[in-house]
Amino acid sequence: MRFHGLSRTAYLTLAAGLLAAAPASAKTISVSANTPDANEKLQEALIMAVSGDVVELGAGTWKLTDGLSLDVANVTIRGAGTDANGSILDFSDQQGAGEGLLVTSDDVLLTNFAVLNTKGDGIKSKGADRIVYHELRVEWTAGPKETNGAYGIYPVESSDVLIDSVFVRGASDAGIYVGQSKNIVVRDSFAIENVAGIEIENSYDADVHDNIAMRNTGGILVFDLPSLPMQGGHNVRVFDNIVKDNSTPNFAPKGNIVASVPTGTGVLVMANSRVEIFDNSFEDNGTANVMIVGYRYPYKDETYQPLPRQIVVWDNVHGKAGFAPGFPGGAEMAAAMGGAIPPVLWDGSGNAIVNDDAGVLSLNLPDVQTPQSEAKPSPVDLKDSAPAPLPGITLPASMEAKVK
Amino acid sequence: MKRLAAALAAAWLCASGGAAVPLAGPDQTLIDGDTMPRKLSEFGLFRAGGAQLVDGVTPYGLHTPLFSDYADKARAIWMPAGTRADVDGEGRIAFPVGTVLIKSFSWAGQNQGKPVETRLLIHRKDGWAALPYVWDADGHDATLAIGGRRVPVSFTGPDGTKQAISYAVPNKNQCKECHAEAGAIVPIGPKARNLVFAPKWKAFESGRFGWPANRIAPLPRWDDPESGSVAQRARAYLDVNCAHCHNPKGSASNSGLFLRWTDDPAGVNYGIGKRPTAAGRGSGGMAFAIKPGDPDHSFLIYRLESLDPGIAMPELGRGAVHKEGAKLLREWIAQMPEGKNN
Repeated sequence: MRFHGLSRTAYLTLAAGLLAAAPASAKTISVSANTPDANEKLQEALIMAVSGDVVELGAGTWKLTDGLSLDVANVTIRGAGTDANGSILDFSDQQGAGEGLLVTSDDVLLTNFAVLNTKGDGIKSKGADRIVYHELRVEWTAGPKETNGAYGIYPVESSDVLIDSVFVRGASDAGIYVGQSKNIVVRDSFAIENVAGIEIENSYDADVHDNIAMRNTGGILVFDLPSLPMQGGHNVRVFDNIVKDNSTPNFAPKGNIVASVPTGTGVLVMANSRVEIFDNSFEDNGTANVMIVGYRYPYKDETYQPLPRQIVVWDNVHGKAGFAPGFPGGAEMAAAMGGAIPPVLWDGSGNAIVNDDAGVLSLNLPDVQTPQSEAKPSPVDLKDSAPAPLPGITLPASMEAKVK
Repeated sequence: MKRLAAALAAAWLCASGGAAVPLAGPDQTLIDGDTMPRKLSEFGLFRAGGAQLVDGVTPYGLHTPLFSDYADKARAIWMPAGTRADVDGEGRIAFPVGTVLIKSFSWAGQNQGKPVETRLLIHRKDGWAALPYVWDADGHDATLAIGGRRVPVSFTGPDGTKQAISYAVPNKNQCKECHAEAGAIVPIGPKARNLVFAPKWKAFESGRFGWPANRIAPLPRWDDPESGSVAQRARAYLDVNCAHCHNPKGSASNSGLFLRWTDDPAGVNYGIGKRPTAAGRGSGGMAFAIKPGDPDHSFLIYRLESLDPGIAMPELGRGAVHKEGAKLLREWIAQMPEGKNN
């Protein structure tokens, strides 16, 4: 190949294109909120995009009546910002679809825009491997309300998930919810005034770190539930997070599992194995900073394992906690213990190691069939030698490159 | 000379794709190609200037159809001459490349009953393509709407109530949301157990369909008590209206709620005693999708009777409540012996 006659800039551009391995046809499709049929044009852009393309949202507000969707691999949706002057996808008048934006293709980057007031979930990605959520805002702007949508950011059934520097507020279930997925990183994000700030459910291999979870009902949840295609959640590390003042009364619609989360919960582990909770800063969580429990509901699923196992807690900083336990009998327990229960609460099922310099209260309910009303709370020492730590998550380099 | 022939062929192809030229039949080159023609007429599936099918494009019916906002749906199929569809032992039909499945939506009270929308499902060599067309106001032709559209529609329901709804023509991706199996587009309706073998259809399929050795029992008609018990008809309804997503390879695979005709109706994955997963407001404050004996506390019913996008099921294609369908499912749940709940 000869480059004589090409300018240096053109040469560099070409070289950069080759380095990025983008198809020759890769292009930027710019869309504006301020044109006739802006909504259809936006959805058409998401359909007509081909691998390597960037769909660029201009600054402005799209008032959407229907859900948007992307089903083309290796496409970026890039906005002009997440604040009021940025790119706003406003679903306040939504009439159809279960979410605001649905992604069903691999290698997608979503960055620098906001999704507001969806009737159902905010942004969902299903079977979308190597998805990157970066610098996004998903918010129900009136704050906590039972009529808000369930999940803010909702990747499910995916391998390699990165959620980086997002802001979520007001979800009536979980602000950031990762379900039935593998190899997950949730970092540098801010979850405020949701029922659950961040939830990892029925998933394998996750790092949740350097996030702030505050004023939710529960800050960070690690759950495993029965009767789902993927279960046996394990290998989750929760570290370097600030988890504070999770004091919002539970506003989840009843029936959902998070509706049972007591107000004032910091980190809650239910029926997982190999969960590590370390180097977090906890403060002002009225029920407990850390709760470790079994799945205490009837179920018909012989393969399901309802107990928490090998949960390891160390080197966390515990501020004030346990002063308003939000479960039946909790107030009496706190009163009997001088105004507050210890910051770590264990229902007594499965097994856990707590090497924090903090008290642990066991409810002494080793069998998940025993009703909570039969709790016999007593302080317990769970200090023990910990197993070798989990190795941590490494994502494909192509994903990390997208947020550099 | 060769060049001239090619140019002539190209000119002929262009002409045959144009709406102005009367067509002898479907344009197989266009069907087999990879383009998305702007006008429906370009395919040559309809007689010029309207929604009358050309000869060789054959209407078919279904025992239990998907509910679509009380639309009258006209279904038809085109298969190229000399091709053959093989039916497997479970009634799935392998349509040949070149097949087009056509579905037109109309309401008696809307634009004199002219169709509002026609959807094509085209079997091309790299898979099925779904294309939605919205009919022009004059009813002469329809225009591609890959981004979807909302159309105000008025009609009188079977119970005599007048309804005005915002009918949603799905966008191209939404077509796939319902038609997805493991990420690829597949037809939903025409399964052997659900096809109605009217005389015209019989003549059409004769010799073009390869049948399995076993008999495929027909699906009950959801609204015909002669065709099955309440439970059988309810299950047929769930299969047709829900199972395209609610199966282990469908768009709702993560829910763990599987409603195919072939699923175990006593299993927890059929919804009986199943707690909500990712249902959000769809739970309506209830503990179970189906609570035997108690339709008012079964959130499957709650979701079918809602129009709120954060609650309603199916998530797409429903701007009206199917009262008669919900009534059937209520009867079915009411009849279930209580205590089947765990």
